[in-house]
Amino acid sequence: MASKLTQSNSAGWAFAFPGFALMLAFIILPFFLAFGLSFTNQRLVTPNPTEYVGMANYRQLLGLRILTIEPQRDEAGAVERDDNGDAIYPRMREFTRNNADYPQLAGLQEWFSIDRGDRRSFVLARDVVFMKAIVNTVIFVLIVAPVQGGLALGLALLINQRLRGINLFRAIYFMPVVVSIVVVSLLWRFIYSGQSGLLNNLLSGLSFGMFTPVDWLGNPSTALGSIIVMSIWQAVGFHMVIWLSGLQTISPTLYEAASIEGASKWQTFRYVTWPGLRNTAVLVLIVITMQAFALFAQIDVMTGGGPLDSTQTIVFQAVERGYGKQDISGGSAISVILFCIVLSISLIQRYLTREKS
Amino acid sequence: MATIAPDNHGLRLVVRYTVLTIIAIIFVFPLVFMLVSSLKPDQQLLADTSSMRAFLPVGDISLNNYYDAFDRAPVGLFVMNSVIVTGVTVVLSLLVCSLAAFSFVFLRWSGRSLILSIILATLIVPFETIAIPLLLIASKLPWIGLEGFTTGWLNSYRVQIVPFIADGLTIFLFVQYFKDLPGELIEAARVEGATWPQIYRRIVMPLAGPVIATAAILKFLVMYNQYLWPLMVVQQESYRPVMVGLQYFFQLNRAWGEIMAYLSLITVPVLVFYLFLQRAFIASIASTGVKG
Repeated sequence: MASKLTQSNSAGWAFAFPGFALMLAFIILPFFLAFGLSFTNQRLVTPNPTEYVGMANYRQLLGLRILTIEPQRDEAGAVERDDNGDAIYPRMREFTRNNADYPQLAGLQEWFSIDRGDRRSFVLARDVVFMKAIVNTVIFVLIVAPVQGGLALGLALLINQRLRGINLFRAIYFMPVVVSIVVVSLLWRFIYSGQSGLLNNLLSGLSFGMFTPVDWLGNPSTALGSIIVMSIWQAVGFHMVIWLSGLQTISPTLYEAASIEGASKWQTFRYVTWPGLRNTAVLVLIVITMQAFALFAQIDVMTGGGPLDSTQTIVFQAVERGYGKQDISGGSAISVILFCIVLSISLIQRYLTREKS
Repeated sequence: MATIAPDNHGLRLVVRYTVLTIIAIIFVFPLVFMLVSSLKPDQQLLADTSSMRAFLPVGDISLNNYYDAFDRAPVGLFVMNSVIVTGVTVVLSLLVCSLAAFSFVFLRWSGRSLILSIILATLIVPFETIAIPLLLIASKLPWIGLEGFTTGWLNSYRVQIVPFIADGLTIFLFVQYFKDLPGELIEAARVEGATWPQIYRRIVMPLAGPVIATAAILKFLVMYNQYLWPLMVVQQESYRPVMVGLQYFFQLNRAWGEIMAYLSLITVPVLVFYLFLQRAFIASIASTGVKG
């Protein structure tokens, strides 16, 4: 096709221009703008001129300090203990508020602490909520990626058999994917409800009343887990379909050979199916991970980040800052942090796929 | 399709169908519950959750929740807004992205491969990472309309449509499809003296049915389910789409029967559409899988 007949600069540009111009304006420009804005104090609406502030937004978001201190001692020099026998430590506020000896700790908040022998290390963060958001998002990804990927593979193997009516089951398993996550979140909010929620009633029915109702979304220890289960329920069909298309690229002759060799089902899976799915596996994992890092709608509809920040996420924080507080620069800095995480995962993907070829 | 030659008889068959059915119940029952609950008055809805009646349309069944939902909020307006935004975006996206892909595959021009790789590179940029700067851009963009020259796109249809017309995935899908079309067809047409617009309209697009369906379905799902973006850029009721309207409706009050009616109303058309075209839907998702 390299002939003169297809050579045309003006026509080429004319056909590609509308699409490229739109992507330039609404994807590429904002992408670079995110980096630029993150070094300023830009707000959505402001009478003041925008100023360059260097790394201030990143320091504000990611600032961390560790302070190791000894427990309080009484006048005799013995460690003071509370009623449970635990050592008493000075309150963190004494260090972080107006303490001239610790100017670097001013404005920080206690995130968590670790006991080391008779001393305690306090981890202080400038933005504890954002730290929790990062941790929650990472937990979400670390659970959702393998569990959803694995379940999706299980479903794909189940669907990939010759049975009458199998297409009906495939259609049903895929159904939640076409339902909006906002609809699903609101529906499951009712299912998870502490009072007359469907799940509580179902569980107490199955256990003949032994089960005590739980306010699934109102409890810091169950809220994130509940959102994880629902998210998997909604999206697993999506990845089942990707696995299925991977399964169907594996040549049937390999299976015939395996069965002639007398391979067991597990051996067939281990030595025929799984090697043939390697690239699909990388893809599924990356797609799930990228989708999982973008966790937002479920949080916004179901918990608003609560209770006690147990369901805060990176994107939820970006929106709360950039839109809620109209702090475009802070929101942009969070976007850049998120992008760097997603990019490193994409690079890992490239590394993993390169290894094979 | 067949993985392991199945001996489909007797007990084994029963076990297989039982497993398949139990899993199907897990996927379907929440949706059945939604539909059935939308027909029940609140008191009965809550009482029924303690038994299997939660999944059955029994008792005091009526469409009252639907009437009440329409009375409480301009649900019809929200649906119309979503239909306008989704419809216009899908049509423009198919046009703009297929034109670009046509140019990348069939024409030779300087800068072609560079621009195509820039477009494909955007595939690793999640929308969530550009949403905040895009909000700033949208608030400052100029517009010339019936009211003359204005600044700011917030609270409009265009702010929900224009940023989503061109995207890397749609262009990629068209490029992949066009590559498999026989190039001789286009050369022959050129020899005959056909212009590029004629080739696009008369030869390439009539052959592009499958990829048009795939791209349209994916775009439809993305646009109809938009949430984060309209949440930030549309505060006025007159432009509010269904998903943001839903959150707003929920905050008005917690009448679950009406909420279930709203949920069903905006979900059932999509589900019906899906059940009729399920092969095309599933093929669309599968085709995004080749992007690795």
